[in-house]
Amino acid sequence: MAAEQKFTPQTWPESPEQATLEGKNKFLGFWFFLGGETVLFASLFATYLALKDSVPSDTHAKASDLFELPLVFLMTMLLLTSSLTSVFAIYHMKNYSFKKMQQWLFITVVLGLGFLACEIYEFYHYYHEFEHKFTSSAFGSAFYTLVGFHGGHVVFGLSWIIALMVRNAKRGLNLYNAPKFYLASLYWHFIDVVWVFIFTVVYLMGMVG
Amino acid sequence: MANLHPKSGDPKVTYEYRRKKNAEEMRMQVITFTMMIFFTVIAFAAVGAGFSKWFVVPFVLLLAVVQVIFQLYYFMHMSHKGHEAPQLFMYSGIVVAFVTILAFLTIIWL
Repeated sequence: MAAEQKFTPQTWPESPEQATLEGKNKFLGFWFFLGGETVLFASLFATYLALKDSVPSDTHAKASDLFELPLVFLMTMLLLTSSLTSVFAIYHMKNYSFKKMQQWLFITVVLGLGFLACEIYEFYHYYHEFEHKFTSSAFGSAFYTLVGFHGGHVVFGLSWIIALMVRNAKRGLNLYNAPKFYLASLYWHFIDVVWVFIFTVVYLMGMVG
Repeated sequence: MANLHPKSGDPKVTYEYRRKKNAEEMRMQVITFTMMIFFTVIAFAAVGAGFSKWFVVPFVLLLAVVQVIFQLYYFMHMSHKGHEAPQLFMYSGIVVAFVTILAFLTIIWL
């Protein structure tokens, strides 16, 4: 089974992401990476929880002064929906419909960009309205490191998906790029996993004090 | 192509069976998504309603854990066969994550 072999929906394998040895290895390696990412984010969460509301004086804003639930709710909905649309994309990948996969990936990217725009607005707002900066307090450093690292993952995930879409636009699906699309979608889901804990631990728990 | 369809000699039957199976799984995914949206709304509502902190914090954490289980097992297909290694990696990661957070919290706050 050569990687560049042409397929039809009938001959396309059931698990195209693991039909080649390279695909199997990528699958294993990527999950190992995600296990490591879990630990990485745990250390950032631990730091945030340890330094939450640690500000030098009462003039500094604390978590419950900063956060606004409507914006966080909007961001959560955008990211959660983009997670579903990337599931749709992989569904069409498994059915060998390249065009539909590209369309759903495009919607995923649009939703991801919407999330990113909200986050940039949010940070801008904290910086200018509350003087809440990376260097203003231990709380500020821990907050921007955790949430910013997640935002960085969103930027990387979007670039990855866009690069795959552009690079394979005229190529169609084969066993060489199927694992790539599959792993990019796993990465995108993992970003949503991390966000579930961010909106719960940082924002919701921040609001109740 | 024989090695791709080990269970059936007729590729057409296998193809239609797989299509149907994929469509059914997709329906499950949409149900999963609806429940995740539902949990998110409840979590935000619990905070917005202004209940006691001692109720809200464990409650929203529990909802987050359930949501992440859905995400991992359905959206990321960890419920499928052949995901023993991913389970090993993720659970090892979660154990280390849990210990890290516990250590930081007890060092600072106890």
